[in-house]
Amino acid sequence: MSMTQTNSPIPALELRNLDVAYTVRGIDRQVLRDISLTIATGESYGLVGESGCGKSTAAFAAMRYLPRNGKITGGSILFEGNDMVAMSDSQVSDLRKSAISMVYQNPISALNPTIRIGTQVAEVFRLAGSSRNDAMMLAEQALNQVRIADVARVMRRYPHQLSGGMAQRVVIAMALASNPRLLVMDEPTTGLDATVEAEVLDLVRELRRETGTAVLFISHNLGVIRHMCDRVGVLYAGALVEQGATANLLSEPSHPYTVGLLRCIPRGGLHKNTDRLETIPGTPPPLGEHFDGCVFAARCSLADDICRTQKPEMVTVGDQHVARCFKHEQAPSMPRAVEGLTAQSSGRAVRPHTTANLLNIDHLSKVFTQDGHAVTVVNDVTLHVGVGETLGLVGESGSGKTTIAKLILGLTNSETGSRLVLEGKDIAASLSKRDVQDVGAMQIVFQNPDQALNRRHSVTRIVSRAVERLRGLSHAESDDRAHELLAGMRVEASLHSARPAQLSGGLKQRVAISRAFAGAPQLVVCDEPTSALDVSVQATILNLLVDLQKQDGTSYIFISHDLGVVRYISDRIAVLYLGRIMELGSSETVFNGPHHPYTEALVSSVPAIDGSQRVRVRLGGDIPSPANPPTGCVLNPRCPRIAGSGVEHLCTSVEPDLKEVEPGHFIRCHIPIDQLRTLQK
Amino acid sequence: MNPKDSDLATKANLERAQIRKERMGLLKKNKAFIVGSVILSIWVFFAIFGNLVAPFRADDSDYDFVSSPPSMARFFGTDSSGQDVFSRVIIGTRLILVMSFIATALGTVLGTSLGLVSGYFKGWFDTILMRLLEAISAIPALIIALLAIAALDGRSPTMTVFVIAFVFTPNIARTVRAAVLGEAELEYVAAARLRTERTPHILFREILPNVLPPIIVEFTVRLGYAIFAIATLSFLGAGVEFGSPNWGTQISENWSSIFNNQWWPTAFPALAIASLAVSVNLISDGLLEVFEL
Repeated sequence: MSMTQTNSPIPALELRNLDVAYTVRGIDRQVLRDISLTIATGESYGLVGESGCGKSTAAFAAMRYLPRNGKITGGSILFEGNDMVAMSDSQVSDLRKSAISMVYQNPISALNPTIRIGTQVAEVFRLAGSSRNDAMMLAEQALNQVRIADVARVMRRYPHQLSGGMAQRVVIAMALASNPRLLVMDEPTTGLDATVEAEVLDLVRELRRETGTAVLFISHNLGVIRHMCDRVGVLYAGALVEQGATANLLSEPSHPYTVGLLRCIPRGGLHKNTDRLETIPGTPPPLGEHFDGCVFAARCSLADDICRTQKPEMVTVGDQHVARCFKHEQAPSMPRAVEGLTAQSSGRAVRPHTTANLLNIDHLSKVFTQDGHAVTVVNDVTLHVGVGETLGLVGESGSGKTTIAKLILGLTNSETGSRLVLEGKDIAASLSKRDVQDVGAMQIVFQNPDQALNRRHSVTRIVSRAVERLRGLSHAESDDRAHELLAGMRVEASLHSARPAQLSGGLKQRVAISRAFAGAPQLVVCDEPTSALDVSVQATILNLLVDLQKQDGTSYIFISHDLGVVRYISDRIAVLYLGRIMELGSSETVFNGPHHPYTEALVSSVPAIDGSQRVRVRLGGDIPSPANPPTGCVLNPRCPRIAGSGVEHLCTSVEPDLKEVEPGHFIRCHIPIDQLRTLQK
Repeated sequence: MNPKDSDLATKANLERAQIRKERMGLLKKNKAFIVGSVILSIWVFFAIFGNLVAPFRADDSDYDFVSSPPSMARFFGTDSSGQDVFSRVIIGTRLILVMSFIATALGTVLGTSLGLVSGYFKGWFDTILMRLLEAISAIPALIIALLAIAALDGRSPTMTVFVIAFVFTPNIARTVRAAVLGEAELEYVAAARLRTERTPHILFREILPNVLPPIIVEFTVRLGYAIFAIATLSFLGAGVEFGSPNWGTQISENWSSIFNNQWWPTAFPALAIASLAVSVNLISDGLLEVFEL
């Protein structure tokens, strides 16, 4: 990308020594500490950091639009050289109307649910003074500009009738309506599926090329930042710790935090059998913590007394590259932070890793009735999970991943003809008909520990109650057993009486894992167990899961939309689309190919952190509704490889079978494997 | 154990105490809460010690002082039968406080149970119950109460308490149901099912603690209404027996003397009702603000 420097002397946005505080329970807590950064006109600047580091606050501050309990306690926000802190409210509001726009994380909630899309987009132009008819015309143009096909139809719809990707395009169209000179994007693609995310990101890049708008891009995802930004700043605990040109900063990080962050990410090629993930020990500080020295000192392996007592200044470490660290020279060669094997769980005898099947899933189906229509969410899925094996389930939203998990656990009843066999024994479809052993044998770690742990119960009670019910122990024995379990998961004894809200995300997930292991399970379903966590915490949780598996021979069904994570932890992977298995094979074969065209599109949509350019294979259109799946192969309307395959007539008329194309590698596609291999070279 | 983890543990415990301290600090600074608490404490004091503090007995008629205006000897004056208004207001506190509290508590328990079951099971049970409750709340509560008391010929404090509990149930049930609907979707409920927990346990031990805040708010709001309702029923002669030292009854027995420019036998009990109801509402406002509900 080379739209970096225009030679305008006045930057689009400059934050100068900005301090922001939130008043929480009557006390001011500092969230941004002395932030200084500049964004040149036409430049794209990324801000990365973990949750709670102040990214979103910085985004809102750039528009001087803080929540009611937030205030600017120092410094200035210069938009094209004018200090917004000193401006009157009406001047700021004029700027927001004409020069600065924002795109929020959740597009559906950013749109008014009661107003049709056309009217809603036109309203922006009406505000700018256009007549009703002109505004409608301009709205249509704006929606065309964000590459919405069939604009006339979309304009008549309401927000809830749009997919997430479509809604985000509409929001972007509205943000661009005023021809802003600065566009603030706060995690614009975080809730979207990988293929949709990739398309929205491509769109933003193209629009930026067309309009030359400066962008402040907030994301926790380093791959996305790498793909989108000219320069990047790394935030930690409200302070800017490193800043530089994106490619340069990500390849030669000079702050220990950035180094650690890059090391914890499961990159392509790493696998649990051969590599342990690195972690950043400790957790980010709470809101408003006071620091005498460096904000990162408490978690830094290089920190010494100076780091803890003196605040470091920004040091130039390279061309345009600065880091706020006394030890920046040692940072790149910082010792690796790999925890030893720590987890201890059930005390159950270690099962030998055999090739025997633990769970056989035969012809699993689920049909929901929605407004009188039958909707097949899971369509005839046959799978097995081996003892001590991890089976990864990947696919976009609506692919049926979570429903499969619920069917296995008995939380939802499967259709007749479906069969679950655990170690040779048939398992009832409904949870209430299963005996205690079967219930305890299959457990789950949910995605969001905030919802999965009862916030009114203590940590001990959450785990102990599960032990009591699933193992039939007395109350006192259960408490003892729960404490052992928690200690094994490295949840410190003094936290056992705490409520979940007092724990960090990672600790909450450890408690949830302890609970899942309370009944000495043979199979644990992990439903996106790390997607609510920051990357540094994600690494510790993945390491813990791997350790538990190595010790007890527990099998996992691992559901995730993060392909890097799935690839790292899975032995075999099933790729799902519209409730069907499209591809099944070992982790390596699924990722290395030849792939099913859907897998190919999925894999190519992930923005790489190392900046390596893959050929993007695009899926056209949106995921069709499972209520009305396409005839023939369900992928055919979106398939990137159908054109010119020579079997188009088959693809649109006959649904292909899941065929074994290589030993242990199954693909549901009419296109012959050799042809796929050549196409995907 | 990793030293950083133990730091973290102490920190979490400190933070918990800290949050509590900060909340209490805010509550102590919250004017609505303070004023409400002060007024309510005065009434609670009278409810407990009223008989000891009152200068005269409630049914003492002093015919030397008939319809005399407020003075140093008779703070709130006397009514047409020579009874001391101040003493009757003070002694009447206990009945209205106890009655409104029990009625509200009863209604809350009933409403909470129905709301929990309805919100958790949904389906036909929920539909029928909700239509039924809507039907009840469509009729003005006072009319239902009067009808019930007349039909059951139960002009007693006990009957009044039951009737008010009954008419409050729909509102509370609906509030609880709305909270439960969201709560039942959360994964901790699925987690409870996955350890073979029975439904009553899930309802009362898992979900109930999480919907307590709106229930507490609803309780304080209803308590205010109950005070008014009981006073009104007594005023209409349906609440308690005539002649007892009761604020509503006092007003109804003496309101005609307003036309003789004798405002004191009615104004003071009316003020008592208003201040009690307002104090409860102020407290609920303060709680709402501090706990950010």
